[in-house]
Amino acid sequence: MELALLPPLRRIGTRLAEGIDLTLLVLILILSMLGLAALFSATYETPARVLNQLMNLGFAFAAMWLVAQVPPQTLMRFALPAYAIGIVLLIAVALFGDVINGARRWLHVGLTRFQPSEMMKLALPLMLAWYFHKNESTLRLRNFAVAALLLVVPVALIVRQPDLGTAALVAAVGFCVIFFAGISWRVLGLLGGLGLAALPLAWSMMHDYQRRRILTLIDPTQDPLGAGYHIIQSTIAVGSGGPWGKGWLNGTQSHLEFIPERHTDFIFAVFSEEFGLIGNLALLTLYALLIARGLMIAGTAATVFARLLAASISLMFFTYAFVNMGMVSGILPVVGVPLPFLSYGGTALLTLFIGAGILMSVQRHRQLVQS
Amino acid sequence: MRLAELRNQEREMQQFQLRLGIAALAVLAAFGILAARFFYLQVIQHSVYQAKAEENRISIVPVSPNRGLILDRNGLVIARNYSGYTLEIFPRRVADMERTIDELAELVDIQPRDRVRFRKLVAETRNAENLPIRNRLSDEEAARFAANRYRFEGVEIKARLFRQYPYAEVGSHVTGYMGRVDQSDHGRMEEDGSFANYRGTDYIGKAGVEASYENELHGTTGFEQIEIDAAGRGIRALSRTPSQPGNNVTLTLDMRLQQVAEIAFGERRGALVAVEPSSGGVLALVSKPGFDPNLFVDGIDPQDWADLNNNIDKPLNNRAISGTYPPGSTFKPFMALAALQLGKRTPRSTIHDPGYFEFGGRRFRDSKAGGHGVVDLYKSIVVSSDTFYYQLANDMGIDAIAGFMKHFGFGARTGIDLQNEALGVLPSPEWKMARFRRPEQQKWYAGETISIGIGQGYNAFTPVQLAQAMAALSGGGALYRPRLVAHIDNARSGERRYFEPELMHQIPVRAEHVEFVKQAMAGVMKEGTAARSFASATYSSGGKTGTAQVIAMKQNEKYDEKKVDERLRDHSLFIAFAPLASPRIALAVIVENGGFGARTAAPIARTVLDYFLLGKVPAGMKQATAEDEAAEKQESD
Repeated sequence: MELALLPPLRRIGTRLAEGIDLTLLVLILILSMLGLAALFSATYETPARVLNQLMNLGFAFAAMWLVAQVPPQTLMRFALPAYAIGIVLLIAVALFGDVINGARRWLHVGLTRFQPSEMMKLALPLMLAWYFHKNESTLRLRNFAVAALLLVVPVALIVRQPDLGTAALVAAVGFCVIFFAGISWRVLGLLGGLGLAALPLAWSMMHDYQRRRILTLIDPTQDPLGAGYHIIQSTIAVGSGGPWGKGWLNGTQSHLEFIPERHTDFIFAVFSEEFGLIGNLALLTLYALLIARGLMIAGTAATVFARLLAASISLMFFTYAFVNMGMVSGILPVVGVPLPFLSYGGTALLTLFIGAGILMSVQRHRQLVQS
Repeated sequence: MRLAELRNQEREMQQFQLRLGIAALAVLAAFGILAARFFYLQVIQHSVYQAKAEENRISIVPVSPNRGLILDRNGLVIARNYSGYTLEIFPRRVADMERTIDELAELVDIQPRDRVRFRKLVAETRNAENLPIRNRLSDEEAARFAANRYRFEGVEIKARLFRQYPYAEVGSHVTGYMGRVDQSDHGRMEEDGSFANYRGTDYIGKAGVEASYENELHGTTGFEQIEIDAAGRGIRALSRTPSQPGNNVTLTLDMRLQQVAEIAFGERRGALVAVEPSSGGVLALVSKPGFDPNLFVDGIDPQDWADLNNNIDKPLNNRAISGTYPPGSTFKPFMALAALQLGKRTPRSTIHDPGYFEFGGRRFRDSKAGGHGVVDLYKSIVVSSDTFYYQLANDMGIDAIAGFMKHFGFGARTGIDLQNEALGVLPSPEWKMARFRRPEQQKWYAGETISIGIGQGYNAFTPVQLAQAMAALSGGGALYRPRLVAHIDNARSGERRYFEPELMHQIPVRAEHVEFVKQAMAGVMKEGTAARSFASATYSSGGKTGTAQVIAMKQNEKYDEKKVDERLRDHSLFIAFAPLASPRIALAVIVENGGFGARTAAPIARTVLDYFLLGKVPAGMKQATAEDEAAEKQESD
């Protein structure tokens, strides 16, 4: 009786597992578990947060599975519409968006609020990869100029909100696509030089509070009750964790509420205090493996579109992780970037899991299409 | 061909793989930096940070400062503070919000509107520490909650200072109101670096003096270092940096005069601005209807807010500084002065007024059918002849008019110390060019100049602009910036900062010309359009009535008030100054849809001047103040 049920069950199992890359899946699962553990510790007064995050994870997993089933050439069809909609929404935000925490980032859609800049994190690499794929055989400098324009428009709109963190992320991901598409080293060097030369100009255009964040990075004690507070407290959390950590649920910095935003952008401070250097190195290793797997998938991808997309998404994971941990440990300015797969928050998780889903799709369809 | 393409692809692939390798190296290098940083923090500096974490058993609690008082020129208190209990919820520490509130409702009175307000606060404030569910608890309620405190994790009772406005609606547009610090305030604080100073502060000035002098009134937040145990409970205070109370702001405003003016308005809509010609100090600033700023003190109830916002009379709009109206005939004294100054008319030059002025085949009608006969400059003001000024405007031309009127501050912000002042419009060909898009609209027509002469057309000034110009004319051409604040006192050191009168501009006019126009305006009060309103006044004064059209009349159509909807009726205007020789007060009154200037606006000016110069209190005022004082006493008991 029971034995008779097994084969169909197994078939369903195989069907569900189809297209799922086991290496990626395991790495992401471990990271998510670590995130839940840290979140439980950070918010143990409000257990509802952990349940919420579990729901977010379930939802994000479903989205990842769905995306993994879609072959890259189908994804390609979404590139232009997704990008165009993203731009329109960003403009709509600039015109009618809600202001939260002093920045205009959110758009009211029916009952919920929606942050179009989040969508750009995937729409931009999709668009650029598609663009390079289209012009594969005749790639000239002109194409790179067009690509740069496609990148600058959304980034400028996000900078204006102002949301430097997201703008930096979107810019980084877009840059990766252009880099992997083979922009010449000479042009790259030239642009780098120009960028350095433009730094004073950028400084003069920054908002006061943005400048202050950079200045407090150099000397956080200047403003111990204002912007420096985040950095001082999170550095203390990391440092006091020591080599072995204070143990799960034993962090004092987090439990005495010294760490602001400790369930979202600063969850790494909680993790680091409780799990110490060992935990941090384990986390770094997990991220390194995740990124390596992504780059490997990119290396064997079948089409230009697929390989550019896979490579840039892998590096998006890297940028998230590096910027967040750098910020919490006090070597990068405080910008709103979550720790991938660990920070609380549904939207960011969704983006990351869809990204992982795209990697899986590229991996699964690597031999099916020959251009 | 095919082979070349294939080879090309192969090369591209190699290129790509190379770049993948470079990216991988970059990732490793970046992670290496992070690992090194972690090693530095967690191994090399571990003991340092461990010590710091131990010291971090000290929590810093902000001590919010007492907000400064707002006083009138005689020391009457317009805004003060009183302390009351609030019941606050720490959303992060409460598992089931609805149940908690239901249980609280058994102990203290929580109305549905309190719940609505609380829910709105939760939705609006991200990462809020604590939010009030009920303000102004009675002693009994406070005691009942205190006895049951153990049942409520995440709910605390706090003593807080609240703002109170004893005069309620009187002067509400000067005082303004307070509101909860919201996201736009947060953004501004991040910009100007005052964020830290607002830790522990929940309310901030949103309008009026409360907003424009927020930096003076707020004070400096103090800090208390409290040692806490491992569970985060406070054990003892270690040190205390006291807060510095906000500065007391004393206005040039005379609250009694303000009251008189508001009583004179009754239920009518409109605005009045009275200033001291020798300093620009504002004596009264009325915008009717007003509102009760006390409603805003503990977060305005959504229903009250909707009522205020959806009210057709726009009670939150400060008409005195942001309403713009055509000046109507109150523009004529300024036109007369321009004519004298620019040599376009002399006191002796006369015209014949047949009741209209013909230009380009079009008849500009005088408000008096049949006209005023022979009219000289003096009479043109006293009887308010339109024909005289149609002709004058035509002779002067728009550039000369706009050029002269600019001196009086028309069409420019006066710079009064309140937010949201409107610009108004002083029309000129340049203005029209910038204002309109299509070429045929941009062109200035000579016919348009003619209506400008009697203060109609594109002209639109704020009441404060009119009052400022009246003050400048009555004071011989000294244009002062209108301002509300006389001095600011540091409550602690007693140091007093005076706000010196700010002479913006000395208008180049000859004294005898000014004197002539002032005499003509005195004529208005004695034998002219305002003679009835100022009958048997025992002081000398000058004034001018005005009527501003709300709807345009057809050329030969007669304006018939009874046929016109109340809200489309003419606005009634009046400007005045007194005494004649050395004026102590200059004012502008506008009554929306009040009809002829002489009918509604002039009597209001009379009441205000009678009180200011003679101390004559209008009927209905005595009782009101006696009640006020009684109520005040009751509250302080």
